[in-house]
Amino acid sequence: MASGIRDKVAILGMGCSKFGERWDMGAEELMVEAYIEALQDAGIETSQIQAGWFSTHIDEIGVGKGGTPMSVALRLPNVAVTRVENFCAGGSEAFRGAVYAVASGAYDIALALGVEKLKDTGYGGLPTGQPGTLLPQWGANGSAPGNFAQLASAYRAKHGVSKQDLKRAIAHVSVKSHENGAKNPKAHLQKPITEEMALNAPMIAEPLGLFDCCGVSDGAAAAIVTTPEIARAMGKKDIITVKALQLALSNGLESTHNSWDGSYFHTARIASKKAYEEAGIRRPRDEVSMMEVHDCFSITELVTMEDLFISDEGRAVHDVMDGFYDASGKVPCQIDGGLKCFGHPIGASGLRMLYEMYLQLQGRAGARQLKNPKIGLTHNLGGAPSMNVCSIAIIGAHGA
Amino acid sequence: MTDVGITAFGAYLPRLRLQRKAMAAANAWFNPGIAAQGKGERTMANWDEDAVTMSVEAARDALPGGDPLTARKHVQALYFASTTMPFSDRQNAGVVAAALSLPEEIHTADVTGSQRAGVSALIAALEKVKAGGAKTALVASGDRRKARSGSTQEFQFGDGAAALIVGSERVAAKYLGSHSISVDFIDHFRGEAEEYDYNWEERWIRDEGYTKIVPRAVKGALEKAGVAAASIDHFILPCQFAKLDQQLAAKGGIDAAKVRDNLASTVGECGTAHALLMLAHALEDAKPGQKILVAAFGQGCDAAVFEVTDQIERARPHKGVKGWLARRKEETNYMKWLSFNGLVEMEKGMRAEKDNKTALTVTYRKRDMLFGLVGGKCEKCGTAQFPRTRICVNPNCGAVDQQKPFSFAELKGKILSWSADYLTYSQDPPSHYGMVTFEEGGRFLSDITDVDIGTIDSGTQVRMVFRIKDFDDRRGFRRYFWKAAPVY
Repeated sequence: MASGIRDKVAILGMGCSKFGERWDMGAEELMVEAYIEALQDAGIETSQIQAGWFSTHIDEIGVGKGGTPMSVALRLPNVAVTRVENFCAGGSEAFRGAVYAVASGAYDIALALGVEKLKDTGYGGLPTGQPGTLLPQWGANGSAPGNFAQLASAYRAKHGVSKQDLKRAIAHVSVKSHENGAKNPKAHLQKPITEEMALNAPMIAEPLGLFDCCGVSDGAAAAIVTTPEIARAMGKKDIITVKALQLALSNGLESTHNSWDGSYFHTARIASKKAYEEAGIRRPRDEVSMMEVHDCFSITELVTMEDLFISDEGRAVHDVMDGFYDASGKVPCQIDGGLKCFGHPIGASGLRMLYEMYLQLQGRAGARQLKNPKIGLTHNLGGAPSMNVCSIAIIGAHGA
Repeated sequence: MTDVGITAFGAYLPRLRLQRKAMAAANAWFNPGIAAQGKGERTMANWDEDAVTMSVEAARDALPGGDPLTARKHVQALYFASTTMPFSDRQNAGVVAAALSLPEEIHTADVTGSQRAGVSALIAALEKVKAGGAKTALVASGDRRKARSGSTQEFQFGDGAAALIVGSERVAAKYLGSHSISVDFIDHFRGEAEEYDYNWEERWIRDEGYTKIVPRAVKGALEKAGVAAASIDHFILPCQFAKLDQQLAAKGGIDAAKVRDNLASTVGECGTAHALLMLAHALEDAKPGQKILVAAFGQGCDAAVFEVTDQIERARPHKGVKGWLARRKEETNYMKWLSFNGLVEMEKGMRAEKDNKTALTVTYRKRDMLFGLVGGKCEKCGTAQFPRTRICVNPNCGAVDQQKPFSFAELKGKILSWSADYLTYSQDPPSHYGMVTFEEGGRFLSDITDVDIGTIDSGTQVRMVFRIKDFDDRRGFRRYFWKAAPVY
């Protein structure tokens, strides 16, 4: 019987580049920026890295395929490097690979790193288009915002929420993240916005306006993991361990079977339940101290509050408006600015979320430091509401 | 001898109606004489429509309802007429047949090269059935003709399609005979690889062309049919010269009052489809015993004579010309017209640069899915699903290799979720799409077409339509697939 990952692996060090329009750097240089910080934080040398997991999504405009781009950029000592790709959840996937490798006993120290260089396309937003040879022949002509915007109409229909009320709630989601992002020097977007600005912004995909969409950013983030025993032997105090790592993937039900109503993430509900069980969390609304969720779009964050069982079904609009997820609220969400303001370099985002939770748990989050957080949750999504991968990671103080 | 004739008929007109006043206003600075053309409206195909897609719609209008995989097996021949076929070498009739899920054991042919090709195709189908070569034949004709901006033709043309089913059972309009004249009278021509027609002087076309050639075909058809000119109740002749149709009718002994409205003020002239469109329109009004003469001019003339039977009531189309005429949205944006018709180059942005190369092996392998909107229905649990796969999607089933082909083409759908997307490139932004669910089971994220901003929401009823999915300008290819359109 599997015993889960709880407390088997510790985070030895983490690093994260400045996110944003990094006209000065390519993916290779960004990787080094995140990696050097992680290495210094861990207090180790490159020669001690025994294996690596490398996440990047859009290889056509990035570094290409395979694990060599990371191995070469970081001058790794000819160790195993596995490239992982799982849409926007690749960063979490890389972390998962490194954590499981250490937990298996195969390696003492492993590296997870994610990077994305998006600002070499020549236009704003992510590239659109359908992969493969069949999907372009029948898949809807959409983009990421339009695919996620589907949630809004279905959520309104299910819960009887008016267009105006939902638009105002998702505006508050973004206002809150901008407030948080303004306190983060590494964030892509560091200017606060008002609700009026969010409500009146140009439409991107009905009902999502410009401020309902996250930043499209360049960036990299990295984690070095080991066992709690090795971390302690290296003299580390305040050891942060992995409490849960779950991944749930769509199997075609949402996109093909009429049992899904389109208003929530089927995978997130499955993954979060399993993660709480793995971490021994019974009452998530009370026990989770803080969260970094996949707020690619404001509506995604709003429905996710219910999928994580923090808000009751149909109550997310009210919790959001009541400030429950604000920095001063009961469960602060996107305390680093989230994808919305920290930015969303696809392959790096899962690790960036963990980076903030890790800093907060160690009391190193500077101006945005929360008071005494115990448990941090990250929710990293890839794909679209009707077909996606959802990763949930929970970390906390060792033994907590 | 068994009667042969038209057993059903249908039509299709695109939703948009370009206002000629707006066309004139945009062009009068360059061509002051064009102001006189600024009356009424013409049909305007959406960016994703062409001769093939419109003909598919017209055929659906004529064919009986129900499951396309079982209800259309009787069609043994298909003639597709157009001079704006999307492919010069790839049988266009084959695309129409595939979209209609017609059986593969069928005679299909493209009929083209002249404005009378629609009537030529009809006569060919009638003669084939009469000779016993097919029990049932479908004639579909559609045109989306291109004309230069500010030209008279741009005002006169319309976009549309018509379809007729020819057979020997329950004949609604009995075929009495036809006559054809072939004369190489070059009123206009369009050379190979040319986009636009080259037109000769109108007065010459009127006096030496129509006036001298049409009466010969009309007279011949009446003689062969054994019908007196005076007994014709509906005289059909597409003709852009005002009142000339009435003069020619009168000249041939046909009551000028029996000349059918050529739909110039509401539709425009739909190329090869126009005579058939007018015929479908006439059949909507026709009473048992009435006689119809349809003629079409173009390097000669084809004319055919019919007698309406008491089966006419049961042969009525789903919508018909009248139904489609009633579904209209006025369009006054001439720039949009130019853009939809490739008459102006819009700044499409970098997102439009994506390569739309089509893997033809995949297109073939998935042909019933892509052309017929055929998915699967699990024989074990009854779950309908799109696309058809090897393993059933029902979480309580999971049966392997149990799905039988199941067509979604004629099912009514409902919008579960939607968005109007301004980010992705669309010829007609914003790109509307959403999750469309079917009562019988099944769903997919579908493009939504013929839709206005702010008019759909969760719960909106939709009908599936066969449309252009994408253009591959680099290779001259276009993809087709199905989209949802609000029910009208």
